[in-house]
Amino acid sequence: MINKIWCFFIVVGIIYGFISGNIENINKEIISSAKKALEMFLNIFPIIILWMGIMTIALETGLLSKIANLFAPVLSRIFPEIPKKHESMGLISSNLIINMFGLGSAATPIGLKAMKSLNKLNNNSDTVSRSMITFLAINTSGLTFVPTTVISLRMLHNSNNPTEIIISTIMATLCSTITAIIIDKIFYRIYKDKI
Amino acid sequence: MSIVYISNIILPILVLIILIYGIKKKQNVYDLFIKGAKEGLDIGITIFPPLIAMLLSVNILLSSGFIDLILSMLNPLISLIKIPIEILPMALMRPISGNTSLILMSNIFQSYGVDSFLGRLASTIQGSTDTTLYILTLYFGSIGIKKIRYAMIVGLLADLVGIIASIIIVRLIFG
Repeated sequence: MINKIWCFFIVVGIIYGFISGNIENINKEIISSAKKALEMFLNIFPIIILWMGIMTIALETGLLSKIANLFAPVLSRIFPEIPKKHESMGLISSNLIINMFGLGSAATPIGLKAMKSLNKLNNNSDTVSRSMITFLAINTSGLTFVPTTVISLRMLHNSNNPTEIIISTIMATLCSTITAIIIDKIFYRIYKDKI
Repeated sequence: MSIVYISNIILPILVLIILIYGIKKKQNVYDLFIKGAKEGLDIGITIFPPLIAMLLSVNILLSSGFIDLILSMLNPLISLIKIPIEILPMALMRPISGNTSLILMSNIFQSYGVDSFLGRLASTIQGSTDTTLYILTLYFGSIGIKKIRYAMIVGLLADLVGIIASIIIVRLIFG
């Protein structure tokens, strides 16, 4: 799937670039995109290292399993395939809590660690597991209660009330997250017999 | 501003709790940090190649003008179901490129005003959705997942629901 999307974007982009006359821009983009990726990488790389360090303390001292116990009643319904006391439960709950507060850059490394831990349950297969898709779906539904980036941009544009969108964001996020969980369950049923 | 304040103190408090808990358990928290940081180094390096690959394909598609073509084709359809057309480029870009959709949001702020209906709608959509393609690349790339089954469809549908919900909710709250 990733393979197909990747090829589709590039092939369609280049062919349409010839048709639309934008091929010079594409030429520039091919040269500069690796550099842009490096900039993006440099933004998240140190944060990943830092938060992996901090979350490892939480993991190995047993704090994460305590957090996991708190959220187990809810999370074990959403993630039926994860054993209740498994470390990934703690990592998933930490990722979701930090995401809710709009701290995406700290949430991503913890999400990566959660994925790694889910992959152990998945026998390090190259095929995605059900729990991984559920976790991804919740993350892509943008579970954010305080959208920090949006608020700071609204401040930058001299909004009279930069935080007034918090309520509408929470309501929209709840809609999309709950629907994401439901859609995920439906697709799981559909795909259950297919590999 | 209190809710923003809470958001600002949560990380320091989290770090404090983690450290105090570790000290209470008589663990060498410094060694644990270094151990985890090394693991972070490995994960970080693993996600770099997928990141380059994703940015290459997304940027080629963006600069070809193909998205603009899709938008102009969608226009008549969208005006039928009464979705504000101005919001469409941002909504369409949101799952593909976080930076581009943020720039498009700033453009909406500038053209229509940050406290206008469109400004509020753009803010809400931005907050209640996420860059699905980026998260997918990062999360699955870091552990070498190749067969993603229905993950992409579920992620994109979640974004779509977030956008539709934002339109309805912002209309209800702000009129």
